[in-house]
Amino acid sequence: MKHFLDITHETCPMTFVKVKLQLAKMAKGEELEVLLNKGEPLENVPRSCEEQGYEVLSVEPTDNDRYLVLIRK
Amino acid sequence: MGLWGCCMESKKDLTIVCFSGEFDKLLAAFTIATGAAATNRKVTMFFTFWGLNALKKADGRRALGKDLLSRAFNWLMGGRKQLPLSRFNFAGISPKLMRGMMRKNNVAQLEELMEAAHALGVRIFACEMSMHILGVRQDDLIDEVQSVVGVATFLNESENAHIIFI
Repeated sequence: MKHFLDITHETCPMTFVKVKLQLAKMAKGEELEVLLNKGEPLENVPRSCEEQGYEVLSVEPTDNDRYLVLIRK
Repeated sequence: MGLWGCCMESKKDLTIVCFSGEFDKLLAAFTIATGAAATNRKVTMFFTFWGLNALKKADGRRALGKDLLSRAFNWLMGGRKQLPLSRFNFAGISPKLMRGMMRKNNVAQLEELMEAAHALGVRIFACEMSMHILGVRQDDLIDEVQSVVGVATFLNESENAHIIFI
């Protein structure tokens, strides 16, 4: 199952807080697609997910300096 | 997993001593706490003296305590909704303006950060000694307070932690 989370309107620290809480709700093997802004969220969200042992499957730029990050729990 | 396990282990724990009872300082404390917990650090918050006001169940003014002085103190200090700004408080008008500015700029409110801290497993301890002085009981504090502890427990629990005093 694939979940989606838009954190482009969030500011620090709720950007990675919301990602962490969403991942906590999901079962192992499920995927989460996160829409985020470049800068702090782009640097920290994939890194903190990998630290927890989750797999960052892709990081794709979209429009207006936003990125789609796909994470597998 | 091994590699990440290794990296997580190298992260130091974090303990934040919340001594101050000002809105902006508590906002800073909870921002650091939630940010650290969300980036895989074990976080403990130790509330003492004026910081305890943020943990009161009653978020307005209430005369807690048994004797006249503690009742007066607690009424004057109030709870979460009465926290002053550390600068330009203007008799409590500025915190309301600040909350409005935060909302406008989509910055998390104190209550939202406190909720997130709890969801992320941040441990919240209250200082036994200052509660005793101020006549505040654990029943007067929010349920998220894990326990009422003394300085020895706080230090033991922070042995491998950075300690920040706010």
